[in-house]
Amino acid sequence: MRYRIIKKEKIKSDKMKKDIILAGVGGQGILTIAAVIGLAAVDKGLFIKQAEVHGMSQRGGEVISHLRISDKEIFSDIIPKGKADMILSLEPLESLRYLDFLKEEGYIITNTKPFENIPNYPEISKILAEISSRKNSRLVDVEEIAREINSVKSANIVLVGAASLFLDIPLENLENGIKQLFGKKGEEVVNQNIFAFRKGRKEAEKQVG
Amino acid sequence: MKKILLLGDEAIGQGAIDGGISGIYAYPGTPSTEIMEYVQRSKQAKENKIHATWSANEKTAVESALGMSYAGKRAIACMKHVGLNVAADAFINSAITGVNGGLIILVADDPSMHSSQNEQDSRFYGKFSLLPIFEPSNQQEAYEMTYNGFEISEKIGLPILLRITTRLAHSRYGVTTLLPKKQNSFSVPKEPKQFILLPAFAKKRYKSLLEKQSLLQKESESSSFNQFIVGKDKSLGIVACGISFNYLMENFQDSELPFSVLKISQYPIPHQKIKKLYDESDELLILEEGYPFVEEQIGNIVGIGKKIRGRLTGDLPRDGELNPNLVAIALGLEKENQTNFPEFLASRPPAMCPGCGHIDVYKALNEVMKDFEPQRVLSDIGCYTLGALPPFNAINSCVDMGASITMAKGASEAGMFPSIAVIGDSTFTHSGMTGLLDAVNDKANIVVIILDNSLVGMTGGQKASGEGKIDKICLGIGVEKEHLKIVEPLRKNHELMKKILLEEINYNGVSVIIARRECVTELSKKKKLKVIK
Repeated sequence: MRYRIIKKEKIKSDKMKKDIILAGVGGQGILTIAAVIGLAAVDKGLFIKQAEVHGMSQRGGEVISHLRISDKEIFSDIIPKGKADMILSLEPLESLRYLDFLKEEGYIITNTKPFENIPNYPEISKILAEISSRKNSRLVDVEEIAREINSVKSANIVLVGAASLFLDIPLENLENGIKQLFGKKGEEVVNQNIFAFRKGRKEAEKQVG
Repeated sequence: MKKILLLGDEAIGQGAIDGGISGIYAYPGTPSTEIMEYVQRSKQAKENKIHATWSANEKTAVESALGMSYAGKRAIACMKHVGLNVAADAFINSAITGVNGGLIILVADDPSMHSSQNEQDSRFYGKFSLLPIFEPSNQQEAYEMTYNGFEISEKIGLPILLRITTRLAHSRYGVTTLLPKKQNSFSVPKEPKQFILLPAFAKKRYKSLLEKQSLLQKESESSSFNQFIVGKDKSLGIVACGISFNYLMENFQDSELPFSVLKISQYPIPHQKIKKLYDESDELLILEEGYPFVEEQIGNIVGIGKKIRGRLTGDLPRDGELNPNLVAIALGLEKENQTNFPEFLASRPPAMCPGCGHIDVYKALNEVMKDFEPQRVLSDIGCYTLGALPPFNAINSCVDMGASITMAKGASEAGMFPSIAVIGDSTFTHSGMTGLLDAVNDKANIVVIILDNSLVGMTGGQKASGEGKIDKICLGIGVEKEHLKIVEPLRKNHELMKKILLEEINYNGVSVIIARRECVTELSKKKKLKVIK
């Protein structure tokens, strides 16, 4: 009995806090991902803080966004190094660029399709092997999945779906986030993106680890 | 009152609208650009007929804002830190004239130089001009300081410097807005000589500015933005300026902060509060984003004695922006993070967009320059600065807005041939035109290539001041018609561009070649918008 009370208290004080590094190449659309998760968190009544990169590096260079979600006030606009719960990346090489931010047990969830716009782009097999060697990772070919469902523009939402398993945000709120973001573009676009989201989630569920 | 998710820049835009501005003036520059963009998009701003257009440069922006203030209305001028160098003449003298309607000068500093050529700290400009400085620690404070800033400016009769940094500008957080204030009605200054800075009048004005300093000190001392938090452990006292307060608090999310903290978000430095902290603590740690501004001055306020740690003592790095980890290390809570990155991790620098007209120009220029020594090209600030990187390696300078033309002039006068300047259309109208006049007057032997994509590319396609006017401006300045060439930078015109370049290099005088083609990125954005509509 006593044990149960302690456990109950523990759940009560269990805080909601997720620090996510979003990575990609300028123009890939990491801000759409930030917007969906951000809107979902706000829908759930949580605090969010989200730092973006503007200006010069947007031109085909490496880009990063810090997305912080918490049930209490958030101070720093950037995530402290070694404290991120997740790196969510639209490009495999970029998923390794911010390892200094990731917790040891943190997740790397990344698209597997390389974006090769530099002459010395490493061998993709090496990159994927490095990611797989991490304790927690999910590799998803989001562009392929988006193509399969005839919705190539939803590739980044497929990635959100894959990440949703580890976000601690209810599905309902996440799908509300998608509805809010794409609502202006009509019902068809909303449904396509919700479908893409569920596909991504299923794909991540299949992978064990 | 409602809560909305806003970037720091947007919070300032909304704060200005709600604070009762009649006009916003700015030149685009990262990380300040989104303030004007927000006001331009705002329905509320449109309904209230708020003037919101881009200026030719930061100096014209500050002067227009000062003019609006002269006429009794509230105005804000926004720029990035280096823009304040351009506007410095207007800014510093506006402290002597004072204001009529409330005036805020917003400057966004870029420590760590994410998108800039230096990391100068604008607080020094504020101190230099003897004006009050506000430095918000978060988006909510940024909103409130802007919202209330105009009234404060009117009360003390001076402009206000609002200083933010990149992380605050480009980070989103929930901001609670306040009831919009009404705009001022038109009125000119009661004292007709207020803005005449002839020496006899200026001396009086300057004295009155000096006399106001004790009032500014008092305001700062009692400001709710300068919070004194009492801690139990007196072994250390912490001064946390602006956003660095967040980096401090981040380290005490799950535990109580043991030390006393003075958060500074309004300057001049509150002397009494900092003395109190010094007297009560065994030593001080100064956290500030930017230069060691407080750290350098503190000795004059509290005297010499106890240990004061900060960027000057190596407890924090002398350059670059702060973060929670650097603060943790300075507090002895953490050691430096050692991460093993995979060896193959190649960097991915920004590059010019595929299909960009600048690429065609650089290809032709590189081929022509092969036959010359020393193959040096002077350039400027914009997307085309990326031509300095491989595979082009086409240009050799990027200093300040407009410097390409005047540096080419000086270099040619020192014997460099050919002496070529590469400059964008917006940079040209910002600060290149006056240099071109110098070159024309001295018949300098230079070739000026103006990359005219008819907008401000690097910051996201804002309207360019000289759109459709570049050739007329050059002719008006006195460039000879025969040596003003216009070419469309396309692959099919490669040989033509080479021919023109060679001809103009061999002309002994000022030549201007306008390479005119719309920005590809903005063109594709426009096409997408059309499809959606």
